[in-house]
Amino acid sequence: MKAINTIKLQIEGRSVNEAFSRTAVAAFAAQLDPTIEELSDIRTAVSEAVTNCIVHGYRDRLGLVYITASLYADNRIVLKIKDKGCGIPDVEKAMEPLFTTAPEEERAGLGFAVMQSLMDKVSVRSKEGVGTTVTLEKQLSRKEAASKC
Amino acid sequence: MPVQIEIVDELCIARLIGDIDHHIAKELREEIDQAVLRAKPKELELDFREVSFMDSSGIGLVMGRYKLMQEIGGELRLINIASHLKKVMVLAGLDRLAILDKPERKPTQKTQQGGDEA
Ligand SMILES: Nc1ncnc2c1ncn2[C@@H]1O[C@H](COP(=O)(O)OP(=O)(O)OP(=O)(O)O)[C@@H](O)[C@H]1O
Ligand SMILES: [Mg+2]
Repeated sequence: MKAINTIKLQIEGRSVNEAFSRTAVAAFAAQLDPTIEELSDIRTAVSEAVTNCIVHGYRDRLGLVYITASLYADNRIVLKIKDKGCGIPDVEKAMEPLFTTAPEEERAGLGFAVMQSLMDKVSVRSKEGVGTTVTLEKQLSRKEAASKC
Repeated sequence: MPVQIEIVDELCIARLIGDIDHHIAKELREEIDQAVLRAKPKELELDFREVSFMDSSGIGLVMGRYKLMQEIGGELRLINIASHLKKVMVLAGLDRLAILDKPERKPTQKTQQGGDEA
């Protein structure tokens, strides 16, 4: 299926841009007329993925974070959040709840768990030394059928 | 300032303001810990009334304060939690670590999410 609308954002991996990215994606997602709860889920999932690029991908340096958001006619949103950072050696392990490589910074190791619970699909492609791409997908409720949900 | 801290006898109240994310978590942590370590309260109350957004960085913040309160033999209480924040907290099991009070059902809270009627 072809996207009905797409945006691409390229942001410097500064923590101050975390709020910008989640707000920008939510503003774009508003075109699908999501519920307040769906919008909040999207905002939170984007924040998790972008924060991971900044905190882990680019640990001690400044790099770029690439965000693509696409809307589909069946009320779906697909997000790709990518960094060209250090990569994840073992993705399966990284996605386990409570696993973190940065406990000293008070990280809970729950970012992926939060993404998985708020979105319908989460997939991670990563290569050490090359970078990481997280793809998030959410099916939004259709307003016409809203009474059924 | 993303947090206002008040100490009344054995109670330390930290009113958090705005979005709790990685960008702001360190400052919040430092402010709260400084007050707690100085006052050694029996209870630390984190008030989420003015919090519009929270992700796992906020979970880390709450877990860290829970540990701190354990160390000084006190309790942690979270109050005025909006439903979208509670979702993330319950997922993280924070309801098992701290006392989670029901959000106040007052319509005075401003809603951040616009656009659903756009
Ligand atoms: N973009 C990334 N680049 C490199 N490593 C990553 C990236 N995203 C996640 N990781 C690795 O996966 C682990 C788990 O990520 P997750 O978001 O679940 O937890 P966290 O970021 O450590 O803690 P939290 O999100 O709760 O603050 C991280 O600790 C890190 O080792
Ligand atoms: Mg994370």
